[in-house]
Amino acid sequence: MAPRLQLSGITKRFPGVVANEAVSFSVAPGEIHALLGENGAGKSTLVKIIYGVQKADEGEIAFDGHAVSIDSPREARALGIGMVFQHFSLFEAMTVLENIALGMDNPPPRRELETAVRDVLETYKLTLDPHRYVHTLSVGERQRIEIVRALLQRPKLLIMDEPTSVLTPQEVEQLFDTLRRLASEGCSILYISHKLHEIKELCESATILRGGKVVATCDPRAESTRSMAELMIGGSLKDLAPREGECSGANRLVVEALSMAGEPPFGTSLADVSFAVRAGEIFGIAGVAGNGQNELLSALSGERADYEGGAITLDDTPITRLSVTGRRVAGLATLPEERNGHAAVPGLSLAENAILSARRRKGLVSGGIIRAGAARRFAAAVIDAFSVKATGPAASAASLSGGNLQKFVMGREIMQEPAVLVVSQPTWGVDAGAASFIRQAMVDLAGKGTAIVVVSQDLDELLEFCDRMAVINGGHLSDAMEVKGISVERVGLLMGGVHGEADHPPATAERAA
Amino acid sequence: MAFVLEPRREPSRAMMLAAPVIAVGLTLVVGALLFTLLGHNGALAVYEIFVRPLFNPYRWQDLLVKAAPLAIIATGLAIGFRANVWNIGAEGQYILGGLAGTGIALATLDLDGGWVLPLMVVAGVVGGMAWAAVPAFLKTRMNVNEILSSLMLNYVAIQLLYYLMRGPWKDPMGFNFPQTAMFSAAQTLPVAVPGTLIHLGIPIAAALALTAWFLIARSITGFQIRVVGLAPRAARYGGFRQSSTVWLALMVGGGMAGLAGILEASGPFGQMVPQFPTGYGYTAIIVAFLGRLNPLGILLAALVLALTYVGGESAQTALGLPSAAAGVFQAMMLFFLLATDILVRYRLAWRRPAAGHPLPAAGQGATKTRAEAATA
Repeated sequence: MAPRLQLSGITKRFPGVVANEAVSFSVAPGEIHALLGENGAGKSTLVKIIYGVQKADEGEIAFDGHAVSIDSPREARALGIGMVFQHFSLFEAMTVLENIALGMDNPPPRRELETAVRDVLETYKLTLDPHRYVHTLSVGERQRIEIVRALLQRPKLLIMDEPTSVLTPQEVEQLFDTLRRLASEGCSILYISHKLHEIKELCESATILRGGKVVATCDPRAESTRSMAELMIGGSLKDLAPREGECSGANRLVVEALSMAGEPPFGTSLADVSFAVRAGEIFGIAGVAGNGQNELLSALSGERADYEGGAITLDDTPITRLSVTGRRVAGLATLPEERNGHAAVPGLSLAENAILSARRRKGLVSGGIIRAGAARRFAAAVIDAFSVKATGPAASAASLSGGNLQKFVMGREIMQEPAVLVVSQPTWGVDAGAASFIRQAMVDLAGKGTAIVVVSQDLDELLEFCDRMAVINGGHLSDAMEVKGISVERVGLLMGGVHGEADHPPATAERAA
Repeated sequence: MAFVLEPRREPSRAMMLAAPVIAVGLTLVVGALLFTLLGHNGALAVYEIFVRPLFNPYRWQDLLVKAAPLAIIATGLAIGFRANVWNIGAEGQYILGGLAGTGIALATLDLDGGWVLPLMVVAGVVGGMAWAAVPAFLKTRMNVNEILSSLMLNYVAIQLLYYLMRGPWKDPMGFNFPQTAMFSAAQTLPVAVPGTLIHLGIPIAAALALTAWFLIARSITGFQIRVVGLAPRAARYGGFRQSSTVWLALMVGGGMAGLAGILEASGPFGQMVPQFPTGYGYTAIIVAFLGRLNPLGILLAALVLALTYVGGESAQTALGLPSAAAGVFQAMMLFFLLATDILVRYRLAWRRPAAGHPLPAAGQGATKTRAEAATA
């Protein structure tokens, strides 16, 4: 039988960079095929070519044995290619059904569409109410809208771009069931991810990309996650070195009953959030995106001060009423998840970006006038200590890759030797080398007695290097749990919104173990 | 097939600086064509307005006198524009500055002393600030768009001026003309170069532009203005409050416009008259953009725009051009500047229209905004 999809010699060049170079692989009917690679390895460009968003400079695509030219997503859908994007295209103020209709080339009448949607939901055991408004849905439910949208077109090939990055472990299991069922009916699935244990669990074959080229094709079930990771990054993985100091037991950051309204229009309100972090401790806050993480970050940093109640204490000093700058002077450093335009100004140089958050603690301003020399020296020191690949302090932040800019802003905060560091998604969109460097830097900082709070959607990351963690859901923060001996199942349930200790006595017992 | 605008990867720095020169060039060429079509000698009109005054020493003095208020107002506006605070009310702030200073002058007509003029100048600055405080308050407290509120206050300022000229402030010895008494010697701006029209406002304008240039580049307040304009969220992260930036931008813009107002009233006018507003507050917006929001560029741009005023006046008498000619040239200059700026940042490409993408995520351009709007 002809392969469902066959790529031969696909090459795509952008000014100054080759995104894909002679990429060839094939996907059989009913096969779940993984496309693996680091950020910037060329996965996204490749799927955009398959889905007709971009056009390859060279190479051929064959679908069901026939050479095809896919010039637009509409043509891709006509061939039977469906795609679920990592970022959803949904209107929050509309219902599920309205959103599905908006996404179709030729939407049928509302009644027929609803019957078709209910059929798909039934067949694949997906729970979703077609009449709910999107802003009331969890991220997992939103993803189901996109999946239904794709399935309504009866695809022969379904492309899933990083589908699990926003799901709870239980939702991931449900998604895998749906995908396996689809595959058993003959639909091929191209599964893009960098989460290796998921690929081992789900996929029958994998194509690994590095620097735009295919470096290996393998059977993930026969490989170890470590061997695949090493193929992906093209080097050996470094383990985290253990930290030097110990958690001393003295609380450095104490947050008590913090409540704050969500960011308009559909933000999540913080409700009675309390936690404490000790010196030398790394405290993780897990949770699916949009459950109040942004609100928590801006409440802690001081960017928003419209609390409805609560108190924040740093080293026994109340800082609730202090401004952003006041908190920095007191020793609280924060780093939001968005680098471009939030933690850094893309249009300014690295030296100027150093002034943005380090001017008080590093004395980069005196008498209202910028000390340009001091700013340059501090930026150069950060570049040096954190091996940031940049031409120097005068390089603009926009000229750095995501991983390098993240190393720079992380270094900028760490080198101010804060008492408390609060970071969100420290390794989001960062290549594996930079990610392990950043984690190591945080572990080392904790070793010097800093209390660290890490907010992340990547549960594996938190389990790897946190001492204790809590789960945020719907603006509520769960009780803190020791990471040693933690029950992933229980964390998953908390992420999905199951609260209360009595609900799960076995999990509680396991946690205590 | 259709033309589409595609963003350039990195706008050329040289072109950014060349854009104002190209815009002025296009204005001259198209202006010549336009006035030819209107039945005038177009080439001669352009020569009369833009070249002839440069060969006349007396016109040079006039040029500097007209450039000074433009440069002062534009420098203040540029600081706000860099922070994305769009103060369109410089005309009203200029009038209020003039009126506030005049108020002091009328109260001190019989007094003498070195303190009178400085007091008038301070009052002018405060008057401009007070008028700009209204949009600042509305913006920071009620999120009222400052473009609309500051613009509308211009008309209020003009009516206030007319009321004062025809009523309470009318010169009792002035044969019922709607104007104030002439200012006394102590209330008149001294001349900087004896025997010329060049008053003290001209060196003040140059000094202010240089100071502003230094402060934008080197002070933490200038840094705040730049960061707020480039990345508002990063500004909040850096500890710069948005409300303080709005106040700062409008106070500097209003204060500088008010200063220009009182310098004009106490200098070239020597009294307050209903013809006091001559559109400097609007023209200064063009000056600010033509000068690339850089105070040093603004000094040059102010001279170019002052030329349209000076040349426009002489072209009226020499060629019988309508008095609107200067305004037409000013407007074309802004139009061509905006057009060239677009082409510096985007390239024009000849493209097939995108085959109907029902899913915006599939088209590259639409992806970001909609996905950002949609996902929490």
